[in-house]
Formats: sequence, C-alpha cells, structure tokens
Amino acid sequence: MQVRGAAAMVTGASRGLGAALARALAREGARVALVARGREEVERVAAEIRADGGEAHGLAGDVGDKEQIHRLAGAAAALVGPVDLLVHNASTLGRTPLPLLLDTDCEEMERVLAVNLVGPFRLTRALAGSMALRGGGLVLHVTSDAGLTPYAGWGAYGVSKAALDHLGRIWAAELEGSGVRFLTVDPGELDTQMHAEAMPDADRSGLARPEAVVETILDMIGAADGIPSGARLEASAWVPRPAARAS
Amino acid sequence: MTPASWPRPEPREDRLLRIDPGAATWRDARLGDLPEELLPGDLLVVNDAATLPASLRGRGPAGEEVEVRLAGLGEDGGWWAVLFGAGDWRTRTEDRPPPPRLFPGDRIAFGPDLRAEVRRVDGGSSRLIAVAFDRAGAPLWSALYRHGRPVQYAHLRAPLALWHVQTGYAARPWAMELPSAGRPLTARALRDLARRGVGLATVTHAAGLSSTGEAALDARLPLPERFEVPPRAVQAIEEARARGGRVVAVGTSTVRALEGQAALHDGRLAAGGGVTGLAIGPAHRLRVVDGLLTGLHEPGSSHFELLKAFAPEVLLLDALAHAEAEGYLAHEFGDSSLVLRG
Repeated sequence: MQVRGAAAMVTGASRGLGAALARALAREGARVALVARGREEVERVAAEIRADGGEAHGLAGDVGDKEQIHRLAGAAAALVGPVDLLVHNASTLGRTPLPLLLDTDCEEMERVLAVNLVGPFRLTRALAGSMALRGGGLVLHVTSDAGLTPYAGWGAYGVSKAALDHLGRIWAAELEGSGVRFLTVDPGELDTQMHAEAMPDADRSGLARPEAVVETILDMIGAADGIPSGARLEASAWVPRPAARAS
Repeated sequence: MTPASWPRPEPREDRLLRIDPGAATWRDARLGDLPEELLPGDLLVVNDAATLPASLRGRGPAGEEVEVRLAGLGEDGGWWAVLFGAGDWRTRTEDRPPPPRLFPGDRIAFGPDLRAEVRRVDGGSSRLIAVAFDRAGAPLWSALYRHGRPVQYAHLRAPLALWHVQTGYAARPWAMELPSAGRPLTARALRDLARRGVGLATVTHAAGLSSTGEAALDARLPLPERFEVPPRAVQAIEEARARGGRVVAVGTSTVRALEGQAALHDGRLAAGGGVTGLAIGPAHRLRVVDGLLTGLHEPGSSHFELLKAFAPEVLLLDALAHAEAEGYLAHEFGDSSLVLRG
C-alpha cells in the first residue's frame, strides 16, 4: 500500500519499535495517530514528529481496556481520517522477571492476553469494517519468535503472540476479497526497553536498533498488495523490494 | 409504536416492513431477507459516520448543572450545541426543566480538563448555542471521548456504552446520534448482500440530534449538517444507474447527503463535501435515491416527512398501522422498513 497520504494508527508508539515506526511513517507522508498508555510520552513523540514536519497526534490509551477502544478509534479517525493502516505494536510481557507458567497468576495471564491479543482484536473490529467498505486497508500485527518457539518463562507472552499470529490468518480468511489485508511481522530481537526487561542479563551489543528494522517494515507495507494476506514475515529473512515503496 | 428499549443481539431476526410504493402494498419480512428484497446490480449506500459521545455534563458560570448535547461541528471550527436543564436521559426531553439561560462569553466547565465558551445564542431558541472549546486536536478529541456519553432518550432501559452506538463500518465520528438504519448491517449481512450482487458504497453525514426538548426547535430539525460524498460513491452510483440498478440509501441521513449534494449542484451528483439544510418532504423530487432502508418513523417527525418523498402518505400510514398492530418496534434499536419500488 502507499504510505504517502495514508491515515495510520500505531499502538505502543511512545518508545521502541512503535515510536520508530510512527516517525518513519510520518516521514514518508502518512498522517499518524500514536497511541500509548503514558500521555506525556506519547504527546512528546508526536510533538517531535510535528517538529520534523510530519503530521502526528498523540492519544493516551490502554488497548487492554475495552472501554477505551472506540474512544481511541474515534479520536484517531477524527484526527487523521478513516484509518488505512493499523499497526498493532503495543504489547506487554506481564510481570518481570518472567515467571514460569506454574508461577503465573491467572490475572497476569488474562492481562497479557487482554493487551496482546484481545486489544488488537477489538481495535481491528472497530476499524476494519470501514476499511472493507472503502475497499482497502492494511492491518499489521507485530509478533515475536516467542509465538513459535516455546521458551521457558515466556508462557503468557508466547501464547499471546501465537494466538495473535493465528488471529491475523483468520481475519485474512474472512476478509479475503475485501481489499483489507493482514500482515504479521516478527521484527527480530531489538534493543528496546522491553527486551531489557525480559532479559536483563543479555548482551545488548549485538541487538538491532528499532530504527534499522523500521526500514524493512516500510518495505513490507509498500509490498503488502503482493504478499498473501495473513502472511507471517520475519524481518531478518526479508529481501528488500525498494521498488514496492514507490508504487 | 412501542420503542425497542435495548439493542438486540441478532439483527437478522429483526422485522423488515417491505413497502412498495409502485404497487401500493406492504408485507412483513425479516432483516435477514434483505438480500432477496434487492436485486443483483442494486446499490446500497450507507452513512459511515461513527457516533461521537455527544452528551457532556458540565457546570455553567454560576455553578449550575447543565447537559450540553453537541449538535454538530460549525464551519468556524466551533460546535453547535443544545442545552438541557436538570436531570438526564431518563426523563423525557420535553419533560425536563428548561436549561439556564446562557450568554455569549459564558463559560461551561466539563471537569478539570475541558471548558467551552459560549460564542453565540440562537435568536429563535436560547437553548441552541454555538460554543468553542478551550483546546483543539488530540487534546480536544481525547477530552470529548473521556467526558462524553452517547446521546440517548427515555425509552431505553440503561446507559448506553459507546460500542452500542456504532455501526459495523463506522469511520470518522461525525454523527451526534447513531445512524441507526445501518445498525443491523452486520458483517454477515454485508457479505450476503455482496454475494447477491448488491453493490455497497459509503457517504459520511453528520447526523445531528433528533430531539431538543423544545417544540419550536424540534420543528427546525434537522439543523444544517455537513456531509461528504466521496468520488468512489459517485462512481458506484453512476455504474449502478448504467446497469439499471437502483440506488437504495441506508438511513435518512444518507438521503440528505446524496440529495443535499445534488441540490447544491443543479441536480447532478458530484463528489465533494458541504453543508445541507435541505428539508426533504412530499414536494421533494428525488434525484439520486430510489429507495430507503430505515427505521419505523411516526407521523409528525422530520423522518416521516422525508419518507413522503418516497411513498404517498396514505400508504405509509396504512403500513405503519399494520406494523404497530403486528408489534414492530420503533426507534434506534427497533425494526426496519424498506421503501422501494419493485
């Protein structure tokens, strides 16, 4: 899809990959609604984007809270127009240090699923019907290899990402032919605050910066019309298609 | 007619009163039958406005409680609003005490993070005011969504949540009340219509308030409302016409957008946006729309007047009497009617 002129909504946009992606989308000419729990942080990132000449609006909200979904969807559409590109980047690890499943409280599991799985479901549900009637749109889920590989200690998070991958595939099957496409992207291990919280003892020197992987994700968005809807893509395995972005 | 007091879970089972102005007949159907009531090649046009929680509780300059119901965005970036006095939706609007008189320059506070200043008071009704909020952009929209509640009326049995007043294809929050004719159009219904070969297109129309609590102001409804007809809709309508299909509006707001836009362009439908105060009644010659999927509207309402552009009053009255006797439900969560020749 063409990013220039698109209305985009990015969750978890106050730091890490979400902030980097929001900046890149605005730089490429999208109008961007940024969502994050912390009002000051999300407004600061939006203000920085505007200072660089982009269009960005910061909305404070928790995608894990049912009451806030239509508020966020409505405010975003009021500010950037009917949403064409929805990026589900917000996610939570739950408690850190990461507990074993036998030590995971049910409420912790529910909270992780609420933010990482049910929140994206609700927000897509609020926005994808309009995309379908307008004949196009792209919904991008940010996932993790923890959704494929059963790492000990990553129970709640891993389960939520595995389910999110499948959610993307089922959305794609149901909306086949509508023009609304779904992609699930594993950005790989990134040097972010979330990574540090998950693995405080890990060596961060070899980790990619979020800004580096954002270029790959922009390529994927540009090439999305030629990728089977529902596909799960790994940034590390992506072969750049620079021509796609201009299309 | 008895109003529906709450949203029902399975719109396919909602009743559909099929009125055919050509044959001067009506019959009973179900919403799930809608695809069969239409023909391949027909086009359904919906209003994709999301519904803003447009009821705000605040305090006037003397600390008095007021309810402000936003009626629509003005052309200067301010808002038109209707003031209500003490009480809330549980009391019928016409039974509520009159609101306090406000004047230009007065301020209304909606909690610590949102204020509005009265800019103008309508000459005909002191409860119709123009206000300007003390913030814009994301801070304004966040505050409106935080403080606002859906506008609702006394026939409902409990407070509505925001999701109760959205259609399945809601986009920009231009509507102050649910564009309710589209509420039964679930994803399944839209899929069934597409499989039938019925086209779908969208307009956006800022549906305003349906009741103000003051008879003289109610008589002026609908107030001028903004709308947008996208190029895609114009193309879909032209293509439907070319193949002999009928253009069926979903909701009176969609009729106002399409006919209002045509009225602004010498009868020709062009893409674009504007503001329409077009009052549609029996004398209106329809230029774009052939039929209408809507609720069941009682005589005396502006919606009923609009229906008279589609069918003779006597037919509508007979059909309504039948619907009432058969237990059809009225209002925004009620049953539907399809007024269409053929």
